[in-house]
Amino acid sequence: MISCLTARRSLLLAGTIAGLLLTAPVFAQPASAPPAAAPPAAAPAPMAAPAAPAPMAAPAAPALPPGSPLIGRPEGNEAASKLAPVAPPPLPAAADKLPTAQLKLPPGFNIEVYASGIANTRSLRIGDKGTVFVGTRFGNKVTAIVKKDGKTEIKTVAEGLYRPNGLAFHNGTLYIAELSQISKIDNVEGQLDKPPKPTVIYKDLPKDEAHGWKFIAIGPDNKLYVEVGQPGNNVLHDKDHGQIRRINLDGSGAEVVALGVRHSVGFDWNPLNKQLYFSDNGRDWMSEDVPEDKLNRVTKTGQDFGAPYCYQGNLPDPEFGWGHSCSEFTPPIALTGPHSAGLGLRFYTGNMFPAKYKNAIFLARHGSWNRSKKFGGDIIVYFLNKDGTVKSSEVFITGFLVDNKYIGRPVDVEFMKDGSMLLSDDWNGAIYRITYGKARTANR
Amino acid sequence: MTMPKTMQFARQFAAVAALACVVIAPLQAETFAERAAPCLACHGEKGQSETPEIPSLGGQPAPYLLIQLYLFREKQRGVEIMNDATKGFTDDDLRLFSDNLAKLPPPPPPSDTPDAARLASGRALITQHRCNNCHSLDLSGRENIPRIADQREDYLVKTLREYKNNTRRGYDGSMAEVLAPVTDAQIVDLAYAIARFR
Repeated sequence: MISCLTARRSLLLAGTIAGLLLTAPVFAQPASAPPAAAPPAAAPAPMAAPAAPAPMAAPAAPALPPGSPLIGRPEGNEAASKLAPVAPPPLPAAADKLPTAQLKLPPGFNIEVYASGIANTRSLRIGDKGTVFVGTRFGNKVTAIVKKDGKTEIKTVAEGLYRPNGLAFHNGTLYIAELSQISKIDNVEGQLDKPPKPTVIYKDLPKDEAHGWKFIAIGPDNKLYVEVGQPGNNVLHDKDHGQIRRINLDGSGAEVVALGVRHSVGFDWNPLNKQLYFSDNGRDWMSEDVPEDKLNRVTKTGQDFGAPYCYQGNLPDPEFGWGHSCSEFTPPIALTGPHSAGLGLRFYTGNMFPAKYKNAIFLARHGSWNRSKKFGGDIIVYFLNKDGTVKSSEVFITGFLVDNKYIGRPVDVEFMKDGSMLLSDDWNGAIYRITYGKARTANR
Repeated sequence: MTMPKTMQFARQFAAVAALACVVIAPLQAETFAERAAPCLACHGEKGQSETPEIPSLGGQPAPYLLIQLYLFREKQRGVEIMNDATKGFTDDDLRLFSDNLAKLPPPPPPSDTPDAARLASGRALITQHRCNNCHSLDLSGRENIPRIADQREDYLVKTLREYKNNTRRGYDGSMAEVLAPVTDAQIVDLAYAIARFR
């Protein structure tokens, strides 16, 4: 405990004194006693099914499984070594540092800051009385934004939560999805100043961190839909992962709706055919350009969308695709770009935007990390045919990506009663409002 | 950080440290150095921790430190002593600590003669599981990704196991993803090689 003696010394002065004291124990690591190889005592029971049939080899010879894309990977690949998940700053950007002036929209559209200073803004939901609810992946609270008499109030609806990314609002009740449980607050807008603790309605969810944060929504069948992602980049998983399921609003009657889902952080129902459309993120590290992420449509309960055997509808996975054909799986209705990370999506049913946007899908593409030249970081619109397939697409908002770096990252879109759009940006901890027509300057 | 919080913070550390040596809790901690002293008592004054399972902070990128301090404050990463230490920290406190702690020098590699076979095995695993992509070729980390080169071996083993079993709550789940196919024996070898990275 030599360090105790110098604990109160100035950091700057520490060097000299510590140098005198820290002669021998500088390399006091337990070099000769590597920790036992036994599994940790605290290993959770429901660990995702055998993650992969991959390298179980003896420590001395870490053999790769047959067909592994890692075989032949050169040591120290310069380009690949520049890639890593891009994490947003944990603290929200100051209001005067937001990138709205740099964002590009189609003619006639305006963008303004709706709220800022809310860390890691993710899923958005709007209450019957106009309250905007905001979920987060890195913080511990759900936030409410209330606009009254030209003033913006930011209130905490619930705190002490764990990754409360997913939100849904239905008949006055706010549903909150944390990493491994779903809870609700009834009559939430009536008690924003003193909200009660959320009541847990469903806990039968795995605790995996990988792709564990949730997106939820209430379907036209009045059931709550929740996604359980694949617990790794590219892994075989058990029957409790890689799916979208639905439950009754009291948490009962869980049923799998879609399988082979790698990770979806956005879904909504087509107002015309009532079918479920969801974004799905493809695997990493296969290549720069494939697989692309997907827009999927569920036409029959229990359809399998391919992961981890087949990606982007036509690309057998090099590791797990053996013995499978992509024809076994339901293909996507659109490819949404390599590593582009399409997250939140909504159908536009409002009346403010021009008529061509009616019933089109607005998808927030968070933007890639696993690609040398970043892709996405925008809002894209998918226009549909009468049969519910995709007719065309058009990029709607760009400018979040500057010189291959993000100045913001779109996560979720939600439409207000007046037909304007809200957009969350988890990089800056802000929410923007997009209107069409006469320029608005409110709420700066 | 308010005054009472500062004292509470100091007391908690003092209680721990008092088991082994006598520490007079600072009654008034004002400079960064004074506020950081309890941190360095465990994490090491020169950036290298001598405390079992406590990480060396030397050479860590400021954004990584900021994220961890934020997660501790928000109790998204559950380590009681760190949750208590950061309780009441303002955003500016978080920045002050991350910016300044990032100036600590990186820990040197241990001076022992490593077992060549284990080192080779660990190095192969580093490549296979792409540790040296995100953490940089020299494992020095960058931005939100920590330096792991020459980190304490016991801390590496502990942390990798925690990521693997979902008890270490990372920022974005990346490490849980990476560790999905990694066995415990491989974790031990990885830690051996990473802790002796030259």
